Amino acid sequence: MSLKLPVYLDYSATTPVDPRVAEKMCDCLTMDGHFGNPASRSHPYGWDAEQLVEEARANVAALVGADPKEIIWTSGATESDNLAIKGAAHFYKKKGKHIVTVKTEHKAVLDTCRQLEREGYEVTYLDPESNGLVDPDKFRNALRDDTIVASVMHVNNEIGVIQDIKTLGEICHEKDVIFHVDAAQSPGKVEIDLANLPVDLMSFSAHKIYGPKGIGALYVQRKPRIRLEAQMHGGGHERGLRSGTLATHQIVGMGEAFRIAKEEMAAEGERIQALRDRLLDGVKDMEEVYINGDMEQRIPGNLNISFNFVEGESLIMALKDIAVSSGSACTSASLEPSYVLRALGRSDELAHSSIRFTMGRFTTEEDVDYTIKLIREKVDKLRELSPLWEMYKDGIDLNSVQWAAH
Amino acid sequence: MSKSTGSKSLFGPDSTYLDYNATTPVDDRVLDAMLPYLQGNFANPSSVHRFGRVARAGLDRAREQVAALVDVSPSQVIFTSGGTEANNLALWSVLSGSTPGHLMVSSIEHACVLEPSARWEAQGWRRDLMPVNTQGRLQLDAAIRLLSDDTRLVSLMLANNETGVIQPVAELAAEARQRGALMHTDAVQAAGKWPLRFADTGAHLMTLSAHKIYGPKGVGALIVDKSVEIDPMLIGGGQERNYRSGTENLPGIVGFGMAAELAASGLDERQQKLRALRDTLEGALKAMPQVTIFGAQAERLPNTVQFALQGIDGEALLMQLDRDGIGVSSGSACASGKTAPSHVLMAMGVDEFTARGAIRVSLGKDTTKADIDRLIESLRRQLAWVEQAAGAAAW
Repeated sequence: MSLKLPVYLDYSATTPVDPRVAEKMCDCLTMDGHFGNPASRSHPYGWDAEQLVEEARANVAALVGADPKEIIWTSGATESDNLAIKGAAHFYKKKGKHIVTVKTEHKAVLDTCRQLEREGYEVTYLDPESNGLVDPDKFRNALRDDTIVASVMHVNNEIGVIQDIKTLGEICHEKDVIFHVDAAQSPGKVEIDLANLPVDLMSFSAHKIYGPKGIGALYVQRKPRIRLEAQMHGGGHERGLRSGTLATHQIVGMGEAFRIAKEEMAAEGERIQALRDRLLDGVKDMEEVYINGDMEQRIPGNLNISFNFVEGESLIMALKDIAVSSGSACTSASLEPSYVLRALGRSDELAHSSIRFTMGRFTTEEDVDYTIKLIREKVDKLRELSPLWEMYKDGIDLNSVQWAAH
Repeated sequence: MSKSTGSKSLFGPDSTYLDYNATTPVDDRVLDAMLPYLQGNFANPSSVHRFGRVARAGLDRAREQVAALVDVSPSQVIFTSGGTEANNLALWSVLSGSTPGHLMVSSIEHACVLEPSARWEAQGWRRDLMPVNTQGRLQLDAAIRLLSDDTRLVSLMLANNETGVIQPVAELAAEARQRGALMHTDAVQAAGKWPLRFADTGAHLMTLSAHKIYGPKGVGALIVDKSVEIDPMLIGGGQERNYRSGTENLPGIVGFGMAAELAASGLDERQQKLRALRDTLEGALKAMPQVTIFGAQAERLPNTVQFALQGIDGEALLMQLDRDGIGVSSGSACASGKTAPSHVLMAMGVDEFTARGAIRVSLGKDTTKADIDRLIESLRRQLAWVEQAAGAAAW
């Protein structure tokens, strides 16, 4: 197989739609396909679309061990996070006004919590350990009698670490706290069995798992039943929890993506982990290279590395033949260092010099080998131009340098 | 990959879709525009790398196309997950965070305006439902009298989804503006079927949906006047300049853009064609005994007919039409699972018995004379059966 440039190593930002998914989606769009409104009850165009929607719901439920009735369609994980956290906080506000989350959550969770603070809720933002994982004891201590919701992501989008949601969920349930998990990054990469997990609400996205953008789901546990205040009203779709015409092709695409993931995740995980390890092996002997996040509790396709004395954005520019990011896509336009790495206790310098490599279904060995070659070449080149690197090589302790003000 | 090859229905050549107000099939040109963004140009538009920039360019182009449909600048377009979200956002963006005052919505709005407005009422807002006349058109004078100094928002749809009746949005907007209120219009059904310039409506906020104009489901937009500050409803990520977070549904948005471009051209011919077919249908309906065509005296969308045949149960008629391969509805698709009579017809003062018999026929760009003839024939056949049955019962 010949190498195609640029090399895409940004699968955590988004994935291409799998060709099998695209085919199913295309069958739901035009006049000769299943284009009906699934809410139309008076003709086969509607019935047929509704049936496809329910098949997709079953496929999504099957991958994560849920009952199809526990799956609510949304426009994506951001909406799922908003609906879960605001919906539960509003519904259970008489019980308390305290929420617990973690500093390394996605903005969809953090900004939602910020908004709830403006509404009068109190939020505790926990620090993770330096490996990115949440300490269960610290988590337990953060839960109070008036805590109503705790939200912890399953897999971190930047560093790929997997939180122990089973343990954290058990702690929540001991304390009668609703446990929400943002699982935008985990399906198809980590086994999820909601039938046996102490999780009440879980957010999913399609476009991180080779499905389409603009569709997601929220798992809402039925037994015991978790109640939510709907955030979007009118029409009463999705049992009143989320109104709006169901986008058949999007839903069918998500269903097919989850179906394929269930079949292929074991083999795919192995293959991708081998690629990830190959990339790591190719760069780990370089000087002043730091891996961010735990390497054991981590999804196969993620490698987040700080190249000390190299500015991340310059490196990304220098690596223009590989598509990578310095953090999450949502914040990639900003020049701020990654708040996730800062929360791990990384210095601004190391946070600024980080690159996230995420591999996926269509990544090849050639892609990885090319990436290794390019990184080694470009990092060396950038460091040659760096006065800080020169000082470091001269044995000067940069932390002791008194910088003169100009 | 399979691609559309024509306009043949999945349910065979003998099936006729006449429910275009519920949803439309995606135009082949729209599908062609969307396909590259599923697999080739698939990146996240927020990514700074080359893939991301290509995606961003597609997003920008679509924003221009949607802006052009209603003649606004691209910066006034906020993409959403559809009409429902845009309507919810319109109310949210004006009402959230301010001290409760007064809001007005018409009694014939779609559920995704009525229900959120009821939620705001539950949170302390005074809400008035503006009345319509027997033809389904807003009673403008009565609406104007409801305006008050603390009226914050007035919402009136441009064209009703059930009757197709055009509403006096510009007239009401002028009055609302004088009283310092913001005007919102749900233009989901009007787009592509009626002339639509944002400025001409006088509205500050306008809702659009792609799947009613031969674009994909799952994408819509809120058009916002430059003077209005939007408070976001979905947060976390900062997409759409912070007004609407969440990774952009790029293929959907690109499809919406193409659908908007197609909707913006050839409106006159489309209207003429639809009106001619609609008139054929209405001519035949009028020849039937005891027919009521709702809003017949009012200015209406050229594609929509809502009617009832006295003495024939609406559900039974729908089932029979379905057996004849004809897909129509009793009203809005969202409410089609419900047994309550249409709130639109009830607001028009139609008696409940007649309202329960209502059938909505909505035509689209692929509708032919043969489709209309088939519908007329099916209706005539059923009338004959009913008469026969009535005669037999009398005998």
